[in-house]
Amino acid sequence: MIAPPRVWWKPLGRLERSWFKLAFVWCIFLTAMMPLWFFLGRQNVPTTTYRVTAEQFQRQVDAFIQQYQVGTENGFPVVEPPPGSDVYMLARMWQWTPVLKLKRGATYRLHLSSTDVQHGFSLQPLNLNFMVLPGYDYVVTITPTTAGEFSVVCNEYCGIGHHLMIGKIIVTE
Amino acid sequence: MAVAAIPRRETTVFRTCSATGLKVDVAAERLIIANAVAAVVALLVGGILALLIALTRWQAIHLLNPVWFYRLTTLHGIDMLIAWIVFFEVAGLYFGSTVALNARMVKPAIGWLAFALMVVGGALLNIVVLTGGADVMFTAYVPLKAHPLFYLGYILFAVGALVAVGLFFTNIIVAKAEGRYEGSLPLFVFGLVTASIIATYTLLSGAMSLVPAFFWSLGWIENYDAGFYRNLFWGFGHPAQQINLAAMVAIWYVLAGITTGAVPLNEKLSRLAFILYILFINLGAAHHLLVDPGPSFAWKATNTSYAMYLAVLGSLIHAFSIPAAVEVALRRRGHKRGLLEWLRRAPWREPGFSALVISMIVFGWIGGVTGVTIGTEQINMMAHNTMRVPGHFHATVVGGTTLAFMGLTYYLIPLIFRRELKFKKLAIWQPYVYGIGMAIVSVGMVAAGLQGVARRHWDITFTQAPFQSPVPGTVHLALAVLGIGAIIAIIGGAMYLIVVLASVFTGKRVEPTSPTLVIDPPPAMGYLSEEEEKDPQLQPRGTFVLVLAFLMFFAAYYLSNWWLLGRAWMVR
Ligand code: HEM
Ligand SMILES: [Cu+2]
Ligand SMILES: [Cu+2]
Repeated sequence: MIAPPRVWWKPLGRLERSWFKLAFVWCIFLTAMMPLWFFLGRQNVPTTTYRVTAEQFQRQVDAFIQQYQVGTENGFPVVEPPPGSDVYMLARMWQWTPVLKLKRGATYRLHLSSTDVQHGFSLQPLNLNFMVLPGYDYVVTITPTTAGEFSVVCNEYCGIGHHLMIGKIIVTE
Repeated sequence: MAVAAIPRRETTVFRTCSATGLKVDVAAERLIIANAVAAVVALLVGGILALLIALTRWQAIHLLNPVWFYRLTTLHGIDMLIAWIVFFEVAGLYFGSTVALNARMVKPAIGWLAFALMVVGGALLNIVVLTGGADVMFTAYVPLKAHPLFYLGYILFAVGALVAVGLFFTNIIVAKAEGRYEGSLPLFVFGLVTASIIATYTLLSGAMSLVPAFFWSLGWIENYDAGFYRNLFWGFGHPAQQINLAAMVAIWYVLAGITTGAVPLNEKLSRLAFILYILFINLGAAHHLLVDPGPSFAWKATNTSYAMYLAVLGSLIHAFSIPAAVEVALRRRGHKRGLLEWLRRAPWREPGFSALVISMIVFGWIGGVTGVTIGTEQINMMAHNTMRVPGHFHATVVGGTTLAFMGLTYYLIPLIFRRELKFKKLAIWQPYVYGIGMAIVSVGMVAAGLQGVARRHWDITFTQAPFQSPVPGTVHLALAVLGIGAIIAIIGGAMYLIVVLASVFTGKRVEPTSPTLVIDPPPAMGYLSEEEEKDPQLQPRGTFVLVLAFLMFFAAYYLSNWWLLGRAWMVR
């Protein structure tokens, strides 16, 4: 805690200088990775977003379910949309609806929104996570590359029933 | 605390510290004591809550019911991250702007006003949460609504903190004007100035997010956009963490000085590192919005990387400068052999030293590495809102900042409280127990999060839900590691509280004789002479090797995350 010497703007020591350079290069590398992956990588954060009201989104989801419903599971509609189409999943306290049936290798525009509070779309066990906010239609363009049953966990605290909120995506060959 | 019973003073009364020769303004001393005691009380409450929620996340024990789990998690966040940390920081700011500069507390009454606002705000938050008025987590994301008094409590607390920061700046300016110190500010105080500049804009952003939330909860505003709130809230919540960072680094320099006699090797570089914090850290709000609808890639990538990871560069500079200063100081005292003799001969029984070392390791190796990794725009998709997030910040603000604060307390008790430190043996072991426990907690959390376990979640087995999600044994293992680490860390926390409370309330009144607790005689601080600076035996070679190892570990963890991401579904 003693006061610094009168002249404290001295040149760096040799090792200090080496470390400073190395650290700087590492920071540049970290910076470069994101745009590189943005252009070359296959997993990027979706940015397509539309404004939507709760009523509008509810209507879109209802129409979507009506058009493509193929069954029900535990009281939830199961929906099988054509490959390559726009698909919807609605979050509300404390449900994800509908259950989606997708084809491996097909690309879908998955619309996510909430009609009440904030929720978190967490696809497990893949571990891909997106925020779902009321008022925003977040379009996740997704291509399943593995088949099987996947859970959609809610991982944004959304009230006392948060741990009851789980949905499902089935991917077939 | 009988705050009202402490008489206010109009004229400054100084006492001279018998151990350090510093002049201590008695009015400043009282404020430091009051804020430090409030901090410790918050830590006590927050620690009890920590045990309860950790034993709930440990799925095999699953202690609390859901309502109380969410309620106490909300309160744990508030009492720890807000009350404990900020009260302690205010004590530190008063110390840095008066005692460390031989200066006076310009307006003690304002300090008491700030204290009262913070105590009332904090109490309000605790009462509202415990009575069930705010099961919303400390982030209180709209439109999840809490009782209006909850937002009011937040606002009062923040205003109090802002007043304290203003008082800090006033003290420094007046000290300069009155010629209480010579030349430049010591590095420690410079670090606190950094923290306070960040605090000012941070608290303003906090007000911008919470004041409308308060009006909205009262029904005066009808709609409050969820995305907008998140942006403003994190404009406060994220830089607030960098206040802790700057304060912690400042304390690292102090602990290194007291326990080894280390002085900054290059003041210019260390100060530059602090300035990088001020300039770039406010961008970090984006860390919390990386997978939000709305912002573009360019916005997210620029902000999350603090322009070009320039705030990270600041931390990397300190990561070398502080251990290097310690190494040079110890080499100078004769431990010159090989690369690492100085490390073997270091004062490991001095709690300030072990707290410094463990705090740096847990902060850097676990907290820093995981933080930069999950803060990477694309990698965040695999981390957002999973247990990787609390795993990261329990290494930074708990294993790092909290432990550094704990280490410093042991020196404040004799110097400021003027009480003999009781249970010195406990104090010697405490940093090890707490630090190792916290490292285990963090690792358990990160391991669970890597497997997708959600944070703030009562039941990952979904027993009462419409669908189940298979839970592999490795997830249960990770959560058990968390729970066991938590028990160890809680024991370490209790040791700290026992030492501090016993010393403060029952310790013998003494005039301090030595700034150190174990080392005798205390190491003298001094700058190197010209010849010494060139002496090859006095170069920080050991540190250089250690930081290289750190960088390799960092790169390995970072790159393996890209590899993991590359295996996920295609998404755009
Ligand atoms: C022995 C010490 C501690 C243990 C065992 C512990 C444990 C935990 C656990 C289990 C959670 C819940 C994680 C989740 O389910 O999302 C949590 C959350 C949290 N802890 Fe700690 N903690 C400790 C100390 C601290 C300290 C000292 C701080 C701050 C300085 C802190 C800040 C937080 C915050 C901010 C949260 C997030 C709450 C939220 O998600 O809203 N903790 N802690
Ligand atoms: Cu939810
Ligand atoms: Cu939820």
